Amino acid sequence: MLEIRGLTAAVDGKPILHGIDLAVPTGEVHAIMGPNGSGKSTLSYVLAGRDGYEVTGGSATFDGEDLLAMAPEARAAAGLFLAFQYPVELPGVGNANFLRTALNALRRARGEAELDAVQFLKLARVEAKRLSMPDDMLKRNVNVGFSGGEKKRNEVLQMAILRPRLAILDETDSGLDIDALRIVADGVNALRSPQSSALVITHYQRLLDHIVPDRVHVLAGGRIVRSGGPELARVLEEGGYASVVADAA
Amino acid sequence: MNALAPLPPAWLREGAAAFLSRYEGLRERLPGDVAVRAAGAAAFRGRGLPGMREEAWHYTSLRALAETRFAEPLTPVADCATLMARLPALDAPRLVFVDGRFRDDLSLVPTLAAVRVGGPGYGTLAQPGREQMVALNTMLAEDGATIEVAEGADAGTLLLVSLGTGGPPDRPVAFHPRHALRLGTGARLVLFEVALGAGGYLHNAVLEVSVGADAALTHLRLQDESSAAFHVSTLYAEIAARGTYDSFALALGARLARMEVHARLAGKGAAAHLNAAQLLGGAQHGDFTTVVTHDAPHCASRQTVKNVLAGRSRGVFQGRIEVARDAQKTDGYQMNQALLLSAEAEIDSKPQLEIYADDVKCSHGATVGELDPEQMFYLRSRGIPAPEARAMLVRAFLAAAFEPITHAAGRAALEAAAAGWWERQAS
Ligand SMILES: Nc1ncnc2c1ncn2[C@@H]1O[C@H](COP(=O)(O)OP(=O)(O)OP(=O)(O)O)[C@@H](O)[C@H]1O
Ligand SMILES: [Mg+2]
Repeated sequence: MLEIRGLTAAVDGKPILHGIDLAVPTGEVHAIMGPNGSGKSTLSYVLAGRDGYEVTGGSATFDGEDLLAMAPEARAAAGLFLAFQYPVELPGVGNANFLRTALNALRRARGEAELDAVQFLKLARVEAKRLSMPDDMLKRNVNVGFSGGEKKRNEVLQMAILRPRLAILDETDSGLDIDALRIVADGVNALRSPQSSALVITHYQRLLDHIVPDRVHVLAGGRIVRSGGPELARVLEEGGYASVVADAA
Repeated sequence: MNALAPLPPAWLREGAAAFLSRYEGLRERLPGDVAVRAAGAAAFRGRGLPGMREEAWHYTSLRALAETRFAEPLTPVADCATLMARLPALDAPRLVFVDGRFRDDLSLVPTLAAVRVGGPGYGTLAQPGREQMVALNTMLAEDGATIEVAEGADAGTLLLVSLGTGGPPDRPVAFHPRHALRLGTGARLVLFEVALGAGGYLHNAVLEVSVGADAALTHLRLQDESSAAFHVSTLYAEIAARGTYDSFALALGARLARMEVHARLAGKGAAAHLNAAQLLGGAQHGDFTTVVTHDAPHCASRQTVKNVLAGRSRGVFQGRIEVARDAQKTDGYQMNQALLLSAEAEIDSKPQLEIYADDVKCSHGATVGELDPEQMFYLRSRGIPAPEARAMLVRAFLAAAFEPITHAAGRAALEAAAAGWWERQAS
């Protein structure tokens, strides 16, 4: 589904990614772990198409299509979703309106009929309930005044409603309490299917107890320095990054 | 030093002379109080059209207006159906003026209104000696509405409509409607004022508003003039004790527009809200100028003014708050915000506080910004195409200005007009 080859990228002229090779086959969940500043968020932004993240070499394809040539909205329409490490506040934009606009944009792109406000609210309420989010969070402005954990839940709510085929979760577990972590993990697991994949960026083994990945990759200094099965996360938890990073160097 | 002030430029003098000669030709036939009109004419003869040397007109040039030779509006034969169809769908009586003249056939006259220039209160608030465009209006006004809401009455909603037809393309017309509105003690009214049009014209309106003690006027204003039109309007509001003047103006039309409001809080506990949004694109110039005078204690004034500027447009906001010596416990707030959608758009913002009382709370602020790229990316990453994402963020920027409008149908009409403006920008 996702194929990244020799990807290099710079931010503000500063090279951050130094040649990423990574393939996430359809139906698999992969985890990326790595020290602060190693380039995990940069990789996720490059894949989602954020301005200012300049690809300087390599390629990334999504279902064989050149992902890097697409506008961000086209990537979303193709089935990509990024849960932001730092969700953005949108004062003056109601959460329900935002979600419905997004869902209808995707439905339009897929040639499906748009949902009216009533149909949408019904769907949104079900998903919000599943994530133990109070209904009033649909009425509030997007992420404005949300606590850290509420923002992360709101990302998962968007994911649940938009139903991407490839979800990239950038530290969605950071800042969540234990119950929320489980809820979020359930949300991701609910989307698991033979047709969809996920790339889960995290610092903690804990999340991976709930979302058991097919593969774990260690990103350090802008490169994947180590890949392995789910047991790799446990090795990291015990020995820290120093061991694997030093190993690879 | 030469004590003589430099002469205004020739084009300004010639523009004023054209209006004066029109007055000379018409004066016998003009209605209303001759003395008020003569005083207006004398003021205009003395000062002419305002130039950019005048402090109040420092950011707005009337050169294009002064260089246009306006003709007399013809007795309207024009079919106004297209323009009438653009009126907000409000279930309310309406007074319709076409090229400044009252049109009975298009109106649904409420019992509380009379159509004439010079009812009670006419000329008592306006300052033709100070405001030149008001002097011009006073000199040439041909028609207008006089609206009175009796003590304690709730008059519901009333539409006050100006349609400009512009006549043939080479024959722009000028009209100077003169309206007066009085709310008796405890009276209530929602006035929805709409200015629309097609073709070239000058609409130079004056409205004198008196809000009685404990009375409440909600004044919604939509300026959606033709893109070839000049729009100048000057409003004077005087608010008695515990009275409320609650206004919201949406300005999105005209090649050049100036909306000027003078609000005087005259009695203890009075309140004025002068909220506005200017949406400008292309080469449009929009000027929103306010003077709020706190002349009594315990009064509150609130202004939230939003500007969305696209293309090469230029927005101006001038807001003066004057607090008299005995206007203690004044609560004044003013905020002017601009969203620039292009590198060539420009905003001039000039707040002015003149405070002579010592126990007051007055604050003002101004912000200028562009669309936040992070917010744009967030929306697009959810599949929302860039133009739609931009529209959402512009609407979000305006939301705080529309929010205080409590009249649901009026607010919906204004929001629809703003959405229409946005669609015109995008296409
Ligand atoms: N605009 C920028 N200009 C310069 N350097 C930048 C810029 N944005 C990011 N960087 C740098 O790029 C590097 C990678 O940042 P990134 O956010 O991708 O790290 P990360 O792996 O997600 O870290 P964390 O675990 O803390 O979230 C960091 O050293 C960061 O300082
Ligand atoms: Mg990060």
